[in-house]
Amino acid sequence: MHELINGLIMNNLKNGILERMDDSAIMENMHAGRIAMTTDSYVVNPMFFRGGDIGRLCISGTVNDLATSGAIPYALSLSFILEEGMDIGELERIVKSIASTATEAGVRIVTGDTKVVEKGKGDGLYINTCGIGHIPDGVDISTYNAKENDDVIITGYMGNHEVAMVKARELIDFDIDVESDVAPLNKKIEALLKKNVDIHCIKDPTRGGVASALFEIAEHSKCETTIQEDALPVHPGVRSVCEIVGYDPLYLANEGKYIIICPSGSTKDVLLEFGKDAKVIGKVGKTGEARLLYETAYGGIRRMGMLETTQLPRIC
Amino acid sequence: MNDTVKKIRILKDKIKEISQKDISIMEVCGTHTMSVARFAIKSLLPDNINVISGPGCPVCVTSGTDIETALTMARDESKIVCTFGDMIKVPSQGDNLGNYKNVKIVYSPLDSLKIAKDNPDKEVVMLGIGFETTAPLIACAIKAAKQMALPNFSVISMHKTVPIAMGAILSDKDAKIDALILPGHVSAITGRKYFDFIKDYETSGVISGFEALDIMECIYLLVDLYNNEKLDVINNYSRIVSEHGNKLAMDTMYDVFETCDSGWRGIGTIPDSGLEIKDEYAAFNARKKFGINVSEVLDPPGCRCGEILMAKAKPSDCGLFGKNCTPANPVGPCMVSSEGTCAAFYKYQ
Repeated sequence: MHELINGLIMNNLKNGILERMDDSAIMENMHAGRIAMTTDSYVVNPMFFRGGDIGRLCISGTVNDLATSGAIPYALSLSFILEEGMDIGELERIVKSIASTATEAGVRIVTGDTKVVEKGKGDGLYINTCGIGHIPDGVDISTYNAKENDDVIITGYMGNHEVAMVKARELIDFDIDVESDVAPLNKKIEALLKKNVDIHCIKDPTRGGVASALFEIAEHSKCETTIQEDALPVHPGVRSVCEIVGYDPLYLANEGKYIIICPSGSTKDVLLEFGKDAKVIGKVGKTGEARLLYETAYGGIRRMGMLETTQLPRIC
Repeated sequence: MNDTVKKIRILKDKIKEISQKDISIMEVCGTHTMSVARFAIKSLLPDNINVISGPGCPVCVTSGTDIETALTMARDESKIVCTFGDMIKVPSQGDNLGNYKNVKIVYSPLDSLKIAKDNPDKEVVMLGIGFETTAPLIACAIKAAKQMALPNFSVISMHKTVPIAMGAILSDKDAKIDALILPGHVSAITGRKYFDFIKDYETSGVISGFEALDIMECIYLLVDLYNNEKLDVINNYSRIVSEHGNKLAMDTMYDVFETCDSGWRGIGTIPDSGLEIKDEYAAFNARKKFGINVSEVLDPPGCRCGEILMAKAKPSDCGLFGKNCTPANPVGPCMVSSEGTCAAFYKYQ
């Protein structure tokens, strides 16, 4: 079993470092200066959904986390916890998806591990990845850096991933044309930094959605942020689901979107890089008190907070 | 600027212009609670207009005893319990339905019939929750189950009806409610006329839709009636609601259900405010089928949701608020609902 799995992984993911099968991966020193490191575990159920799978997710999630600091991903670790009886055909699809997503992100998997647990003690497959990257000199991007008058940008439609998951879990039975947005975004950030575009904050609005992520930025940067109702990009399918079951798209998870906060002089470049669905959704206001405000088209204003618990379909 | 935005702005100014006296307006529908919050309605109103969330979310007002009844089914792994989504977080004695793998979230009661057909070796128990809006759907599911002679399907009816509870609140002399935003979905089933009784309590109401413009129009009409000391029940949602409602749905509901006493979280038992399955359909009544008998679960001591729902107290007056009762671990209905009075107060305090 182990040999089969190792063979499968090696055939798809091999590179000069992984192939050595040493207990630790030895790499050239990247660059002088700062490095960024992150880790995440992926327990998504089901493992396959419209627009992606756990393999694409475990690479995208980790490289996207690295790139929020402006880091250029350099190497990843990959660790599988397999439940006994996991379908080998499905595992192969996932490994191939990992390989193609890693190629897309331009990152190597340099070390890994596989454990098998008894049937009933796992959920098919859990994956942990850890990533390191280097931060180019002069780059200073963090959720603590939002400044008054900065633009708040979302790089595309909100909530597609969570709605695709809700559909994949068969929680809703109506036909909708919504795919998960799961994708690696590091190359786009790298391109912006190469052009010396000034960016203050990058955050990936995963669990808790855009509103929770913006609230966290407001808290870290101690600033007021106002978002405009009529500027928010929501896919028509996602909007329909939200209307019917009572979700707020601002609290739905994304896996291929960034919130980017930058001086207005950088906005055009950011929008160009991310394409037509990227939108300026608000402005950073005065510093001092951390507040997230939502302004309606007719001038109503309300405060928003973090997502406290999971959103559930409401009956009323 | 589009037409709707213009109209809302005009209404905002008009309401301010005509509003003279202090007025407390209660909405009694979970979707209105959400709309008022989402559209930031309160920020468009002058300070003398107070919009209160009443006991309009049927999930939030489900009593501990009813949750315990559902939990006895969920704890038996040979059963599948089907429920509407937000029910799984309503607490009872430190437990909730979300803790059990055999609890399935369904969007339509008819889905639970399919689950019963697909799992003939399991007993499927549907939780019947909601007001006049959902009760006819559950009634249809029960009738369909009878027609199909489905042996493994039953329902725990926790249904409630709106008028008796509204009467109980309006007749409370300490409650400070001057006008009502009447529930649009419930009215689509019951019709406008059903709510004429509120005039007996010297209160006016306007049936409203759920868009920002609907709610602003409704508030304008209520303030105008109140200023002019007029009593009326107005249908301002005529694109959906008729004078006499959906007779077929009402008939189906009363074909399967009969009125019973019902426990409301935070308020207590209100006589004749619930719906129980008639004897004719006893085979589909899970309480009878499985002889469920749970002892009464009292509201946790100290919970003041009943008073908060009736605008007699503020969240901060309650000793549990923010300590034993938070959005992640809610106690009373005002915290169970994500936009309930206490949850909103907690988030934005």
